[in-house]
Amino acid sequence: MSKYLVNKFLFTVDRDPELVERYRADPGGTVDWWEAERANVILNLPTGERSTWLTFTEEERQALATHDYPKLFELGAHNFLTLTLFIAMFERDYDEPLGFQLEYARRLSHFALPYPDIST
Amino acid sequence: MATVAAVIASTHHPFYYRASTSTSAGRPPFADEWVAKIDAFRETLTRARPDVLVMVGSDHFHQLWLDNMPQFLVGKAPFYDANYYNEEREFGLPRMFLRGNEELSAYLLREGLDAGFDLAFSNELRIDHSVTCPLITLRPEADLPIVPIYTNIFAPPLPQPRRFVELGKIIRQLVEAWPSELRVAIIGTGHLSLELGGPRQFGSHGPDPEFDRKAVEWIASGDLKSALAEVSLDSLWLPGNATHGFMDFMLMMGVAGENVAADYVDSLDLFHTMEAYFTWYPEASR
Repeated sequence: MSKYLVNKFLFTVDRDPELVERYRADPGGTVDWWEAERANVILNLPTGERSTWLTFTEEERQALATHDYPKLFELGAHNFLTLTLFIAMFERDYDEPLGFQLEYARRLSHFALPYPDIST
Repeated sequence: MATVAAVIASTHHPFYYRASTSTSAGRPPFADEWVAKIDAFRETLTRARPDVLVMVGSDHFHQLWLDNMPQFLVGKAPFYDANYYNEEREFGLPRMFLRGNEELSAYLLREGLDAGFDLAFSNELRIDHSVTCPLITLRPEADLPIVPIYTNIFAPPLPQPRRFVELGKIIRQLVEAWPSELRVAIIGTGHLSLELGGPRQFGSHGPDPEFDRKAVEWIASGDLKSALAEVSLDSLWLPGNATHGFMDFMLMMGVAGENVAADYVDSLDLFHTMEAYFTWYPEASR
């Protein structure tokens, strides 16, 4: 279980316009590339000073690679990070204002309180 | 000594800028009422004639990240760039450039540390919409120097609600003791009940109107006793999964003072969230 790494993926993709488009178009390939090349980069350090221990679980990798945001919610990914990135990727596909946001709520409607823990 | 010219607490709604500036077909039906309320709210700051703004908000995973997360942080820089690519993308917010007041930042850091708050600091801070939204609503000229204070309402583990209140009280005491002739407005924004990235998001009202009703009453009357008795880190999950932003309102209740009623109270029931606006004038009670 690596909620932190899932959040790090969402965070680093969301802040990079090219990565947002790449993840939309090729989620599996983007997740594989990111885990191999970026997962262990410490964001405030030169790339030579990397971590060596961060990997996704198979469940996390699969959820990210299939854009499965209800599963990410279940796994305790940070709700704000997931929402922001998925709006960036999919709001454009809906004609009505807030169309995607309401679909997002509907797909999470089976969750009751307490929600999965987002602590890292 | 400095004068606390106004204490202001409000929600920060990133859609206000787009709603208020859109024209014709794209203008939402609630925009005119919202703009009228904001115009009236803005006047409560304008009439206080502030020279400098202490701005309490919370970074939304922009510059502050989980590899190094401060609980309370004071910006100490001569300037602040503001708003981010993803806020431009989602909310249409403009890039902004703000002056700082390093003297007040340094003073609050030194005296805050000595008063028992181990505040983090940043000498290069890019500000996000938690601070720029209230500037857009209250001071769109963005012509006054600011001192940003960031709180962690976002990435658990969070500080307890009482620490937000205590920090607010200390900020008020320190500003009043600041050896300066300037008029300082202390402005903070948070949320009432709010759900983001969960099943209750973007409903026709905020996710918990009953919590919102109570919260507005606590803030308007300065009822810290009830707020602290009913609010805990666990309980704030219930009204909505982003409701911990209410702790920034509790901080501002600490600034305003226990049982001090607000001089100006307004609210607006919008889709998705209840908007609420409060202003106190400490000078009038002196």
